Amino acid sequence: MANTSTVARGGGSSLSPARGRNTTKPPRKPGRMPAWVLPYALLIPGLLVIAGLLLYPLYQMVVMSFQNVGLRQIRGVPAESVGFENYQKLFESELFWTSLRNTVVFAAVTVALTLTLGTLVGLLLHKLGKKMSTFLIVGIMAAWATPQIATAIIWRWLFDAESGVINWGLNALPDWFSSLLFGRSDWTGEPWLNDAFTIYVVLIIAVVWASFPFIAVSVLAGLKSISQELYEAARVDGASAWRIFWRITFPLLKPVFAVLVVLSIIWDFKVFTQLFVLAGGTSNREAFNLSLFAYTQAFSAPPKMGMGAAIAVVLTLILLVITFFYVRQIVKTEDVR
Amino acid sequence: MTTFETPGRPSRHVKANRKLKQRKRLGKFGLNTAAVVVFVFAVFPVYWMVSTAFKSSEQIFTTDFIPFPTDPTLDHVKRVFTEGVAGHSIWRYMLNSAIVAVGTVLIGAVFSLLAATAVARFRFRGRTSFLVLLLIVQMVPGEALLIPLFMMVRRAGLYDHLFGLIVVNIAMTLPFAIWMLRTFVAAVPKELEEAAWIDGASRFATFWKVLFPLVAPGLVATSIFSFITAWNEFVFALTLIGDQASYTMPVALRYFVSQRSVDWGGIMAASTLMTIPVIIFFLLVQRRMVSGLVAGAVKG
Repeated sequence: MANTSTVARGGGSSLSPARGRNTTKPPRKPGRMPAWVLPYALLIPGLLVIAGLLLYPLYQMVVMSFQNVGLRQIRGVPAESVGFENYQKLFESELFWTSLRNTVVFAAVTVALTLTLGTLVGLLLHKLGKKMSTFLIVGIMAAWATPQIATAIIWRWLFDAESGVINWGLNALPDWFSSLLFGRSDWTGEPWLNDAFTIYVVLIIAVVWASFPFIAVSVLAGLKSISQELYEAARVDGASAWRIFWRITFPLLKPVFAVLVVLSIIWDFKVFTQLFVLAGGTSNREAFNLSLFAYTQAFSAPPKMGMGAAIAVVLTLILLVITFFYVRQIVKTEDVR
Repeated sequence: MTTFETPGRPSRHVKANRKLKQRKRLGKFGLNTAAVVVFVFAVFPVYWMVSTAFKSSEQIFTTDFIPFPTDPTLDHVKRVFTEGVAGHSIWRYMLNSAIVAVGTVLIGAVFSLLAATAVARFRFRGRTSFLVLLLIVQMVPGEALLIPLFMMVRRAGLYDHLFGLIVVNIAMTLPFAIWMLRTFVAAVPKELEEAAWIDGASRFATFWKVLFPLVAPGLVATSIFSFITAWNEFVFALTLIGDQASYTMPVALRYFVSQRSVDWGGIMAASTLMTIPVIIFFLLVQRRMVSGLVAGAVKG
């Protein structure tokens, strides 16, 4: 603590002064720092980390996106500015547009599926008896707690062409049913992870599997906060379950849903680890999303860090627009003031 | 029941009641069935990971369905422990992961507790801006910051050093940790601290003896969240560490995959090993994590 106060004397003075509003504090002893400095002093370590390791790299990323940063620049040669060249090249490359399309379509489908499944399971948890509900929560926590890297490996194994359970399961379906549904009945050796489209099918399943538990548990927390009397009144009036959901549950949980939707969009926009493992690294260009594309540009030989940064800037801009709604929602509901 | 009733033929009223009960039981049955289906969907992949780790190679590489290892073998587990991966023992990678996670937690806990106290206990100019800043930086994709952070870590001479990874992980977990912890600090009644002040305790003593013990459970919850994040982190570990001796578990796992084939038994054994601590910690703080993440929104 003594240490912090020295820091405060040095660094705190540069911050904008605030009036000491807190009158309940004991009178300060002579020689001590004034009371208003204390909160700023407490914030300094956190602020330094955020400024130095999040805001400064963010700024650097924007700067680098206008530069040519290759192997020589990484070794210390000053980078030269190339203006909008990186962006121009980027928007002209077909790979960017397929990556953008992959990112957006994947996020849209995954968010919709995750939220639907998560909400349904949340409602289910609410309706179940105590024992069953605990049983199910423990179960979905297994999916939720599994590290992303393990998630990716597991699903890669489940969808393995030769020994994967999924192909076995599809083969085990009655032939007429399988043909009716998919137009085929033999799945032996089906290579799910060679083609960009099927990679994304697997990715969607894997990400939905890993993320619906969070939605379910959050919805459950929201449901528990709704007064039971509202439901009783509705039931007495003879409202159907569907009507009860749309007229009572949904409106009351709207703030929760708003946050969950935005969080899911943000998470699904930047999926990297699972795709990296499922697509087998950076060789399948058809399967790139923006994160993987940026990574490949920056870290595959020859490194094009400037180009990678430009892609990252585009991704960040998209996310910041979405974040805006998130922040507005949080500020509205929570007393940030 | 009336006297006119013939035995075995219940009145209309009783009939309706029974129907309702039947429907209720059917509904309950439906709900429970749904719960079991969801349970299986959630648990099966994890179960498959663990069971593959204990299957013999023949049982792994078959097109048949083998629901559980009929002749469980410790071959893969033993191989992972004795041969290791990429020239190092698996414990080495576990240790590296643990160093990174614990380092992140310890430094992060101190920083976040200080900041959370400031935000929850004091009204000062810039407070709201700081809170909004926390929300915004949480959303900046770490993958996007990867390139500049890589350059910075290199320039600082921390490439290949676990400390570089720790620093980056602190930055990634800190905004959320502060955001989550501030609700715990705010929940401690201010009067307790004021009473201690009046009794003549110093500000530091008040903090240490009054506030800290009461916030400790929240600090544990936040720390476990940071621990899990750092323990699982893959992308930064992949790019900031090139030296095999410094790999963390997620990066080391990739080495079960060769150009030609995947050592499924080995990778599943190692993945299971890596998942165990996460599941344990998760069980401890699951409820608090949710309330932290959806903070406030639920209150509507």
